[in-house]
Amino acid sequence: MILDSKIPAGPIAEKWTKHKFNMKLVNPANKRKYDVIVVGTGLAGASAAASLAELGYNVKAFCFQDSPRRAHSIAAQGGINAAKNYQNDGDSIYRLFYDTVKGGDYRAREGNVYRLAEVSVNIIDQCVAQGVPFAREYGGLLANRSFGGAQVSRTFYARGQTGQQLLLGAYSALSRQVANGKVKLYPRTEMMDIVNVEGKTRGIITRNLITGAIEKHSAHAVLLCTGGYGNVFFLSTNAMGSNVTAAWRAHKKGALFANPCYTQIHPTCIPVSGDHQSKLTLMSESLRNDGRVWVPKTVELAQKLRKKEIKPSDIKDEDRDYYLERRYPSFGNLVPRDVASRNAKYVCDEGRGVNETGEAVFLDFRDAIQRDGEDLVRSKYGNLFDMYQQITGDNPYKQPMMIYPAVHYTMGGLWVDYNLMTNVPGLYALGEANFSDHGANRLGASALMQGLADGYFVIPYTIGDYLAGMPYDKVSTDHPEFQKAEKEIKDKIQKLLTINGSKTIDHFHKRLGKIMWEYCGMARTAEGLQKAKGMIKELKAEFWKDVKVIGTNDELNQSLEKAHRVADFIELGELMVDDALHRNESCGGHFREEYQTEDGEALRDDENFAYVGAWKFVGEGVEEELHKEELKFEEVKLTQRSYK
Amino acid sequence: MSWVTKTFNSSLGRKLIMALTGLFLVIFLIGHVTGNLLLFKDDGGQAFNEYADFMTTNQFVQILSITTYLSVILHVVYSIVLTSMNKKARPIGYNQVNPPKESSWNSRNMGILGTFILIFLVVHLQGFWYQMHWGDMPKVTYDGVVYKDLFEIVVFAFQQEWLVALYVISMILLGFHLYHGFESAFQTLGLNHKKYTPAIQFVGRAFAIVVPALFASMPLYIYFTLN
Amino acid sequence: MNLTLKIWRQKNHKDKGGFVDYKVSGISTDMSFLEMLDVLNEQLSEKGEDPVHFDHDCREGICGMCSLYINGHPHGPQQTTTCQLHMRSFADGDTITIEPWRAAGFPVMKDLITDRSAFDRIQQAGGYVSVNTGGVPDANEIPIPKLIADEAFDAATCIGCGACVAACKNASAMLFVSAKISQLALLPQGQVERKERAEKMVAQMDAEGFGACTNTGACSAECPKGISLTNIARMNREYFSAVVSSENT
Repeated sequence: MILDSKIPAGPIAEKWTKHKFNMKLVNPANKRKYDVIVVGTGLAGASAAASLAELGYNVKAFCFQDSPRRAHSIAAQGGINAAKNYQNDGDSIYRLFYDTVKGGDYRAREGNVYRLAEVSVNIIDQCVAQGVPFAREYGGLLANRSFGGAQVSRTFYARGQTGQQLLLGAYSALSRQVANGKVKLYPRTEMMDIVNVEGKTRGIITRNLITGAIEKHSAHAVLLCTGGYGNVFFLSTNAMGSNVTAAWRAHKKGALFANPCYTQIHPTCIPVSGDHQSKLTLMSESLRNDGRVWVPKTVELAQKLRKKEIKPSDIKDEDRDYYLERRYPSFGNLVPRDVASRNAKYVCDEGRGVNETGEAVFLDFRDAIQRDGEDLVRSKYGNLFDMYQQITGDNPYKQPMMIYPAVHYTMGGLWVDYNLMTNVPGLYALGEANFSDHGANRLGASALMQGLADGYFVIPYTIGDYLAGMPYDKVSTDHPEFQKAEKEIKDKIQKLLTINGSKTIDHFHKRLGKIMWEYCGMARTAEGLQKAKGMIKELKAEFWKDVKVIGTNDELNQSLEKAHRVADFIELGELMVDDALHRNESCGGHFREEYQTEDGEALRDDENFAYVGAWKFVGEGVEEELHKEELKFEEVKLTQRSYK
Repeated sequence: MSWVTKTFNSSLGRKLIMALTGLFLVIFLIGHVTGNLLLFKDDGGQAFNEYADFMTTNQFVQILSITTYLSVILHVVYSIVLTSMNKKARPIGYNQVNPPKESSWNSRNMGILGTFILIFLVVHLQGFWYQMHWGDMPKVTYDGVVYKDLFEIVVFAFQQEWLVALYVISMILLGFHLYHGFESAFQTLGLNHKKYTPAIQFVGRAFAIVVPALFASMPLYIYFTLN
Repeated sequence: MNLTLKIWRQKNHKDKGGFVDYKVSGISTDMSFLEMLDVLNEQLSEKGEDPVHFDHDCREGICGMCSLYINGHPHGPQQTTTCQLHMRSFADGDTITIEPWRAAGFPVMKDLITDRSAFDRIQQAGGYVSVNTGGVPDANEIPIPKLIADEAFDAATCIGCGACVAACKNASAMLFVSAKISQLALLPQGQVERKERAEKMVAQMDAEGFGACTNTGACSAECPKGISLTNIARMNREYFSAVVSSENT
C-alpha cells in the first residue's frame, strides 16, 4: 500500500495557506445535510465538535465519562506552546516548528509540524476569547514561561491547571452548541466499533454504559479523538478509563496504526508504593529547575535506606551520586525527559534505588531551600509539595522527594494524512489518537497545542474537502454492515460474559502492564521484545479462556467495560512489541539498548529508519503488515541530539 | 409569567425576600428595644405608657407596624416555602452526617430557631400587643390624660417566673438566629466585599448579642427589682 | 489495617437499595481510598459477586469524576477529592460509611454512582462566551488586570464534582453555579452576555431541583478546590441586577 501523506507541494510556509485555498467547500446551506460523529470530548474532540457545529454540520459527540468536561486532557498541568513571540525573545513559527521536529528526534512530518506551529497562535486567541483565565502580568497582558528546556518563553499557562482551563473552554463552546441543538451529546457511551460501508466509514456502534443498550449511529464522517494508549502499561499517568478501544476497533477495520512503540516516559512521577497501586501521578517537570537528583553512591547505603535504618539526610554529600550532574555537566538535572528517565532506571537497576521497592531516586530541594529560603521554594512549588505530601505522607521541605519515571504520553496512533484522515475514507483521527506531529518524542506543552490545533483549526477545513464530494443521503442503520457490526459486538459481549473463568480483569491487565514495562518500556532489547511477544500471546490465550467478567450486559457493568478495554490493550501490546522489535534504532521515546552511542545516548539510523512505520491488520492471529511512509526533511537538518 | 413573579418564584428571589424582610425586622428590633428601654425609667411607668400610646396611635407608626406585620408573615411563609423546596431537593437523606466545623450549628438550624421564635412571638403578642389593642386594660391618668397602663400589665406579667424564663430563653434563641441571619442577609443581597464584610460581620454579631441581651434584661429587671 | 466498610448498594435507578457491610484486611496506609475499594472489588470479583460501582477517572484530583460521601463528608474527612484521600487518614479497625451523593438533582444510577448531568445542562444554559472558532481578536488585545484574572481563575478551578451539593443540607448547587457565573462576570469577555447568563443559569439550576442557599458555608468548607462563598454573593448580585435591568420581560 502506498501511504500518501498528501502534504501539499511548495515552500513550507505556504503549504497550509495554499491547501486551504485548494480544498473544496461545502455551501453553508448544505452543511446541515451532513452528519458528523465525534468520539471523545477532550481538547481535540470538544474543539472539533464545537467548531463543526458552529459551521452548521450536525454533530453527535460521544464520551465514556459522565460529562464531556472530564476527559483526561483536563489533567495536563504545565502549559500550551504558541509562537506568539510576546516576550520578544526571538520566537517565531519557524523556531517552534524547528524545535518540534528536532525534539521529535526527526521522526515527524515537516509539513504537519509547520502547520501546527502556524495555527498555534490562533489557539491562544481563541481560548482567551472564550474566557480561559491564562496567567497574566501586572500590566494585564499574558504571561509566558519557558518550559521543558526550551530556549524561549513561549508557554502559556494557567497555574498548574492549564489542561483543565483549556478543556473547560472547549467544553463551554461545546455546551453552547448543545444548547443550540447542533450537537447531541452522548455521555456514558462507549464506542464499540466503526462501520464501513462501501469502503467508507459511515457510522459507529456504541454501548450505553448505563443500560447496556447497543446502539447504531450513522453519519457521513467519523472523528476519533480518543486520546492515547498509555494504559497498556496498567500503571501510567493516564486516567483509569483512558483506553485504546476506539482506535483499535478502527485499526481492525482497516485503519493503519503508526509508530505504536513511541512511548513517552516522564521522569518526575511519584513512585509506586506497592502492588495496590492503580495509577501514577505526575509531578510537574518544573521541579527539576531547583531540585537535585541523586542516589547513594553504594548499594549498601541504598539498602539501609530501603530498610529505613538511615534517613536520606544521614548520607553525607561525598556519599551521594548526583548522577545527572555528573554525566551531563552542561544540562545537569534539566536533560530531556527520555534521558532523565533512562538514567533513573539505570541507577535503580544497579540496586541503588531508594524506596522500599527499590524503584525511586531522590529529588532533593535541600540546597534550594538553603540558598533561597523555604518561603521562595514554597511560592514556586507549594502546590506540588502539598500534592506530594498528600499522596506520600512525607514532607518534602524536610526530606527529599522520591520520584520515578512513568508512562505519560504515546506519540504513536492511527496513521493520518495531512487532512487528519486515516487511510479509510471518512475516518479521521485527532489529537493524541493520531500519530502525526510529535515524531518519536513530544516536547513539553505541545500536546495541548496539537489537540486544539486539530480540533479548532485543521478539521473544520479538511472535513469540508471530503464531505463536498459526498452525497447527502444517509446510510440507514438497518444496512447489513451495521447489523453485522452490531451482531459481532453482541457476540463478543456474550463471549466475555460466558467465559466465567477464575481470574479477574485487573489480574490480566496488571500482568500485561508488567510485561510491557519490563520489555517494552524505557529500554528495550531484541531479546526482551521477542520474549515479551511470546508472553503476550500466552496472556491473550489465557485471557479468553480464564477471565471472569461479572454481571450481565443489560446494566451498568464496570467489569464488562474493563474487559473490553483490556482485551484490546492485549492486542495492542503485541503490536507495540512488533513495532519496537522491527525498529532497529533508538529515537526519542523508543530506546533500544543495542543502538546507543558510547555515551549511552539514543543512536538513530536515518539511513534505514527515517520513516513512519504503519501497521495493517490482516486477520486474527496473522502477523500485521508493515507499510512505510518515508519522511523527507527539506527544512531541518538531521543531527544527533547531545546534552553533554 | 411576568418577570416579577418569575423572579420571586426563583430560589434567589425567595432568598431575597427572606433577606429583605429579615433586615426590616432587624430595624424594627432597634426601634422596639430603644422604646422599651423606657421601662427602666424610674417614673412608675409614665414614660413607657406614653410611648406605648404613641406607638398605637401615631399614623406614621401605623404604617411601619403594618410593614412589620407583613415582614413577619412573609418571612415565615417564605421560610416554609424554601424549607419545603430544600427538603424536596434531598428526598433521601444520609445515614451519617458530619457537618464541617466552618459551618455553624445555628446557620444550619435557622428554621428550628425561627419556629421557636415564632411560638414566642405568639405568646408575646397575645400577652401585650393584643391586650393593648383589644384587651380590657387598666387605666392611668397623667396630667389629666387617660392612658392604658401597659406598664402595669408588663410588671404583672414578669412576676411569673415561667414567663421570665420563656423570655430569656427566647432571647437567647433570637440571638443565635440573628448571629447568622444578620450577615447572611447581606450575603444574600450580594453585598460581600473584602473591605466591608468584616465590618458587617462585626456589627451583626454585636447586634445579635446586645439587642437580645437588652430585651432579656427587661423581664429580669422587673422580676428582681419591682417585685 | 483492617476495616469494616458500610457501603450503599443499589442495583439500578429504580432499586430501593440499602447498606451492606464488608470487611477488608491488609490495607496499607499508602493506599488511596479508591485503591482500598479496588482491593474490595478484586475480592468480590474473585468470589463472583458484583463489584461495588463507583465513579472515578483521573485519580489525580482534577477530573471531578470521583464522589463518595464518606463518614458524613463529601470526599471524606480531608478537604480534597476522594481519589486524593489516603488511608493514613483512617485508623485500624475503623468502620467507614460510604454513601452516594444525595440530591434530587443527582439521581443514583447504581451503588455509589450518580447522574450529575444536571451540571452539564446548567452550563449549556449560558456558561459560555458566544464566540465562534476563528475571527477573534488577538489575545493581547484584551488586557485584564492581574487581580481580576486571578479572581476569575479562583472561580474557574471548580472541577464540577458536586461535593458542594452533597455537603449542603439543602442540596443546593449555588456554589457550583456561582463559580461559573463569577468567572465570566469578572472577565471582560463575559460582559456582553452577562445578564442573560445569570438569568438563564439560575433558572436552569432551579429547574434541576436543587435547593436554595442558607449560607451555612458547608459547601465551601468541603469543596476540594476551596471555591469561596463570595462567588455566591456575586451570583446573587449578578442575578438581581440582571432581572431588574435586562430586556427580558
